[in-house]
Amino acid sequence: MIEEQSIVKVGMADLNVVQQSGIIRTVGLGSCVGLTMYDPELKLAGMAHVMLPSSDIAREGQLNVAKYADTALPALLAKLRELGASPSRIVAKMAGGSQMFAFAGAGDTMRIGPRNVESCKAKLAELRIPLIAEDTGGNYGRTIEMDAGTGILLIRSVQTGVKEM
Amino acid sequence: MEVFKHFKEFKMDVLREVGNIGAGNAATALSRLLNKPVDMAVPKVQLLPFEEISEKVGGAEQVVVAIFLRVEGEAPGNLFFILSPEAAKSLLNRLVGFPPETDGMFNEMEQSALCEIGNILAGSYLSSLADFTKLSMYPTVPALAMDMAGAILSFGLLQFGHMGDDALLIDTTFLEGDHEVEGQFFLIPDPDSFAKIFKSLGVPMDHD
Repeated sequence: MIEEQSIVKVGMADLNVVQQSGIIRTVGLGSCVGLTMYDPELKLAGMAHVMLPSSDIAREGQLNVAKYADTALPALLAKLRELGASPSRIVAKMAGGSQMFAFAGAGDTMRIGPRNVESCKAKLAELRIPLIAEDTGGNYGRTIEMDAGTGILLIRSVQTGVKEM
Repeated sequence: MEVFKHFKEFKMDVLREVGNIGAGNAATALSRLLNKPVDMAVPKVQLLPFEEISEKVGGAEQVVVAIFLRVEGEAPGNLFFILSPEAAKSLLNRLVGFPPETDGMFNEMEQSALCEIGNILAGSYLSSLADFTKLSMYPTVPALAMDMAGAILSFGLLQFGHMGDDALLIDTTFLEGDHEVEGQFFLIPDPDSFAKIFKSLGVPMDHD
């Protein structure tokens, strides 16, 4: 590709948006969930790197809304709406939520991946945003990137290679 | 997390010593296994943003071999023993005589051997730490993963997740004489464990 594309990085417990021909990516998703919201008409893509399922357990002074599924999704939606996105056009995709280590008799933290996925789905339903594709679970890490021009989500992993959805 | 920002240098020194004693014993164990001297760097104790923790092993996308143990007992936490895939192959070759294959994957025997090596090293790390602090600490059965560093390490940060965006990490690098086997120990005590560690070592907690 000759044309230079701007790449927006989303860190852990972070969210951001990119428009037109830009790319938005987050690396090394394990039990975390990478969730994207996309408005095809505006070619506007937003991504959140969610770490924990619920802000109920938060003990931090200043809440980082991007960290929890129940707060990150509404925050991402609000950000897209500020930029003119219409909730009726927005579609979501997500990847991650794996269980990196398997233990016998594992406690709740060990199941954090599946719980993150469940919590994201519940919140999407509540926000009435359709989930059109997902690649979740398993026991491996993922790096994801979305091209705002096409809305295609690219998922890379060490064990299963690259796939698009 | 504010409480950790105000840790005086003295407390960092105490934690550095915790890393020193634990990793020192693990290095000795590794040295006996390899029958070669193993050097160890001075442990680093840092309060790091989540993002930067995987930078310590080459970035979030860097593929690493990690043996993970959950520490249970009075001062729970997470312990990682991290190697590059090449170092892990080299370690296996020397210890068990497995021929180093080139495809980069590990078969079942190799995985099991790596887990056992991790178990021995982590066990010596923890037992010396338990002796030093007089706290009971025991490891769970080790789990092995070869994957992106970000995906692996984020797992050890979950206990810190609901407190802030940083974690306190005790990081010790060790390497064998000819640098073929280089590894890192990351001890990430749970946030609540620090008070217990300090208390049992006689460090007053209230005068920060």
